Amino acid sequence: MSKTILIVGGGLAGTIVANGLCRQLGAQLRSGAVSITMLGASDTHMYQPGLLYVPFGRMREHEMFREQSRVLDRRIHYYVDPAKHVDAEKKQVSTQSGRTFKYDYLVLATGSRIMPQSIPGMQEAAHWFYDLEGARKLRDALNNFQGGKIVVNINAPHKCPVAPVEFTLMLHEFLEGKGLRDKCEITYTYPIGRLHSLEPVAHWAGPVFEQLGIKSEIFFNTESVDPVAKTITSMEGSVMPFDLLVTIPPHEGAAVISESGLGKGGWVPTNTKTLHREGSDDIFVVGDTTNIPISKAGSTAHFEADVLIDNLASLVQEGRWAREYDGKAFCFIETGFTTGTYVWFNYQTPPTVAPPSQMLHWFKLAYNRLYWLSARGLL
Amino acid sequence: MAERQTVDARGAFCPGPLMELIAALKLASVGDEVEVLSSDKGSVNDIPAWVAKVGHQFVGSTELDGYWSVIVKKAK
Repeated sequence: MSKTILIVGGGLAGTIVANGLCRQLGAQLRSGAVSITMLGASDTHMYQPGLLYVPFGRMREHEMFREQSRVLDRRIHYYVDPAKHVDAEKKQVSTQSGRTFKYDYLVLATGSRIMPQSIPGMQEAAHWFYDLEGARKLRDALNNFQGGKIVVNINAPHKCPVAPVEFTLMLHEFLEGKGLRDKCEITYTYPIGRLHSLEPVAHWAGPVFEQLGIKSEIFFNTESVDPVAKTITSMEGSVMPFDLLVTIPPHEGAAVISESGLGKGGWVPTNTKTLHREGSDDIFVVGDTTNIPISKAGSTAHFEADVLIDNLASLVQEGRWAREYDGKAFCFIETGFTTGTYVWFNYQTPPTVAPPSQMLHWFKLAYNRLYWLSARGLL
Repeated sequence: MAERQTVDARGAFCPGPLMELIAALKLASVGDEVEVLSSDKGSVNDIPAWVAKVGHQFVGSTELDGYWSVIVKKAK
């Protein structure tokens, strides 16, 4: 009897899983023993890390998009019809258009979304670069900016944890290039008691910020933003004036997850090694959707997806388990417009920051294009 | 009815126990408790210090088998 693998979510994680499964299950797909269906929200696929470059005019928008039908293997049944409800008991997913899809194995890859509306005044007064519309507006705001106080404000939880540091260092160079750095004060705020959740990144960033004249305030969790007075207030009691506020808004998971009772805030309780949804042996979770306490980042999603592909393919073909996820994450860190570094770690290995170099920056730029091979399951 | 949620942040290099606690408190209701399991001894000091700053309630911490349990009640 044919097995149906249903993937909910057409972002990076879901796409890698779908394409990777096609590569491993060719014979089963040909014979009809397996079918793969994906439910997504868009007929285009966006390279999200490209958003970091948009405010500085360093990535053209068309470079960030491909048609999803060209990224996905042709053997995948793809529907632009987002999931509305997941019924784990009946093993079925209903969609916004009213369709119902049954599954034997379900992969939840619904991702995360920014929630600036969850903090009073943030949506009205702040800029961000975590979605395309925000990145475009920030690009315009930076192009028109003539000097003043810039606050780079980071909120928990958020994905791509190194992006705020990258943005801050690139902002410094951008303003220098425009001859405006002397007229600007940059202040970076962070929710916990150091500049970054990764301790080695925090230790590295401290002296770099100091050398570049970037101020910082730690233990800053945004309570509200006043769009008229142009001030931002923290839960810890600090009030900071700004002329330009660049925020990393708090994130939540997809509404379909919380509304289906699969996890508070849209995060699904997930086994840290097998990537099973806790309590299910036919539901897997990958990417930002998990509640695993590791970075929500593209690389995390990619490494999880690789493990999930091997395990699902082994289960279908041989009825056995292949391997466990070791918590691996790898993040490039742009340290300006000409140098970069990286950090990697897993559940057992603490992170270290490599010395920044031009070569690592070029590698990152190369990966911005190589990504499309990752999405196709080739890299 | 108040709930207690456990966040297992043992071995988490990023985002780490305090960041996980902040995220969990945002989703909790007033009166709910969040228990953070941390393998970082620093959490025993960091978490109560932050909780006092923002006005939540530190319930207590316990050393267990190579890790710590730190419990916080959402107060506002």
